[in-house]
Amino acid sequence: MSITGYAPEAEERLRGEAAEIISRYPQARSALLPMLHLVQSEDGYVSARGIALCAEILGLTRAEVSAVATFYTQYKRHPNGEYTVGVCTNALCAVMGGDIIFERVSEHLGIGHDETTEDGRITLEQVECNAACDYAPVVVVNWEFFDNQTPTSAIEIVDELRAGRPVSPTRGAATVGTFKEISHVLAGFEDGRADEGPAGGPATLAGLSIAREHGWRAPGTDGDGGAVDATTDVPDPYGSAERPPTTPDDTDPAGKRGPAGEGATAEEGKQ
Amino acid sequence: MSTTQLTPVLSDTWDAERPWTLDTYRSRGGYEGLAKAFTMAPGDIVETVKASGLRGRGGAGFPTGLKWSFLPPHDGGPRYLVVNADESEPGACKDIPLMMANPHALIEGVAITSYAIGGHHAFIYLRGEVVHVYRRLLAAVREAREAGLIGKGIGPNGDYDLEITVHAGAGAYICGEETALLDSLEGRRGQPRLKPPFPAVAGLYARPTVVNNVESVASVPGILRGGVDWYTSMGTEKSAGHGFFSLSGHVTRPGQYEAPLGITMRELLDMAGGVRAGHRLKFWVPGGSSTPILTEEHLDVPLDYESVGAAGSMLGTRSLMVFDETVSVVRVVSRWTDFYQHESCGKCTPCREGTYWMKQVMHRLEAGKGLPSDIDLLLDVSANIAGRSFCALGDASAVPIQSGIQHFRAEFEAGTHTPAHELFPYEASALFSEVGAR
Repeated sequence: MSITGYAPEAEERLRGEAAEIISRYPQARSALLPMLHLVQSEDGYVSARGIALCAEILGLTRAEVSAVATFYTQYKRHPNGEYTVGVCTNALCAVMGGDIIFERVSEHLGIGHDETTEDGRITLEQVECNAACDYAPVVVVNWEFFDNQTPTSAIEIVDELRAGRPVSPTRGAATVGTFKEISHVLAGFEDGRADEGPAGGPATLAGLSIAREHGWRAPGTDGDGGAVDATTDVPDPYGSAERPPTTPDDTDPAGKRGPAGEGATAEEGKQ
Repeated sequence: MSTTQLTPVLSDTWDAERPWTLDTYRSRGGYEGLAKAFTMAPGDIVETVKASGLRGRGGAGFPTGLKWSFLPPHDGGPRYLVVNADESEPGACKDIPLMMANPHALIEGVAITSYAIGGHHAFIYLRGEVVHVYRRLLAAVREAREAGLIGKGIGPNGDYDLEITVHAGAGAYICGEETALLDSLEGRRGQPRLKPPFPAVAGLYARPTVVNNVESVASVPGILRGGVDWYTSMGTEKSAGHGFFSLSGHVTRPGQYEAPLGITMRELLDMAGGVRAGHRLKFWVPGGSSTPILTEEHLDVPLDYESVGAAGSMLGTRSLMVFDETVSVVRVVSRWTDFYQHESCGKCTPCREGTYWMKQVMHRLEAGKGLPSDIDLLLDVSANIAGRSFCALGDASAVPIQSGIQHFRAEFEAGTHTPAHELFPYEASALFSEVGAR
């Protein structure tokens, strides 16, 4: 065992993959987020030894790595189930039925938000908006989409998972991989499943279908790139509490950037 | 009244066989925009995109070409394009289906944009909670590299190099804010930076950086292929071109409708089969939870940046959430407030503390246990957050509360004596008819 606590073969493999991740970036520290996904692919959560390994490889303190790991909701601070079942309870999905789905699934499994079934199969979560509002109410299993859910369909999914049978997302790979397998993909390693599943569901194609029905097309392209006067009122796209430039650093590209983010609060649990 | 017609440009290939593959994309004109770009001087590409009037599709509407032109002159060091693919705004659901169905449209846009700004390494920062989209992006970059479309020695003289890294985030709405995204991409907590300096001057690794939304970048190949006149033949004078309008909620056919900017909600609702059968519209938002609530009286407002602004809201990400008469405004605003509290990064005191207290007040109003002073308290707290935080998240957290009270004050007042679920039984809003909670 090394100081990080991994068996030698595992540590060698993880170090090799970490090196591959680091090679994608001009600066090594950019590899930290994918490396934390890599740790989860090995340990099923962000373990103490995983933090130590990331810190050692990137030349950071363990506190610096922990500070990052605790900021993001996908990093788990205790062992995660084999499948994360996330029910969207942001406003739109909640109103369309997500609240009822979460309550029924929670009751069925006997666990609440961020809790794991005793058999270690399922971690239940209330998730925030997952960019599938046109398929509300939405459930995600290990970050694959299960669209247009009902309490019954969601309970069927968790029953299949607990029985060890594969489940198929509406839009995604043919079957849902385990938490560790999906974490490995999120570390940036292809799993050969990109060609599985559809391009989209009915809602994705809703407008296109109507356009086809009516024979509507975008105007024909004429390749004429003549300039037009595109003067517009330029809005302020930024936050409202900006200060005007006051120091050379504000305008000098070589100057240092603003204070590095040091958080005042840890990520708080939902509700 | 003539009906505005949909204009499938980015979505035009989505019903083709395996539209996410390079073969399909190229058989439908894919990468012709890049070929055209390689016949042009980089500065001319910037001028073309400026002339097209393309404005940022991530919500702010800042002119894309103008943003590119803010980069300082080359100093010999690196400069970067970073694509904001962190789509997380409640209601926003356009970039994720776009990248799932046709990731190459984005990759081609990345190649053109990078060439135009003189960048040799581009990053796509994708939110981490969409693994299949990540697979498709990784595969598309690999395909493009293997086909010699990106990589070393491309371009008109065979001397242009371009690397693309697709990076998965890990769950944080705030990383959709461009400077928080850059901190996150540097391996830090995703917290916004004070601006200036703006990313154009000191962005990723303190180098000149362009941060653009997915749909903005994916729109660039069409502009080069079709030309400025073609692009400006769609949309309005100041809001040119095509864009996705994402309908969700209580509509018959929710989904993606790619249309010229300036189409109205009434036209879109008609195409989508109207509000769900047997119900009528109560309120809607034009561009996600961060844009003020609108009602039936706003159905004929042209959905362009200026008109929606003049109507008291914002076009935002064109995420049109529709709620019918069964829905409690207090419940919806309460849940959006939970969201902003959960996603506040904690850097600025007004946002961190203010969202926490607004959440407490909204919860007791939803439970029918509000105090008579609560509406004034909410207006006071929200006014003390808006304009007093580094980034737009604080401003956004005030929006649902302020616009909710503006349009539906009586429902907030009712929260001092009657629970929202008694006034608006929650089962009635659900899209399924199964018996709900006990």
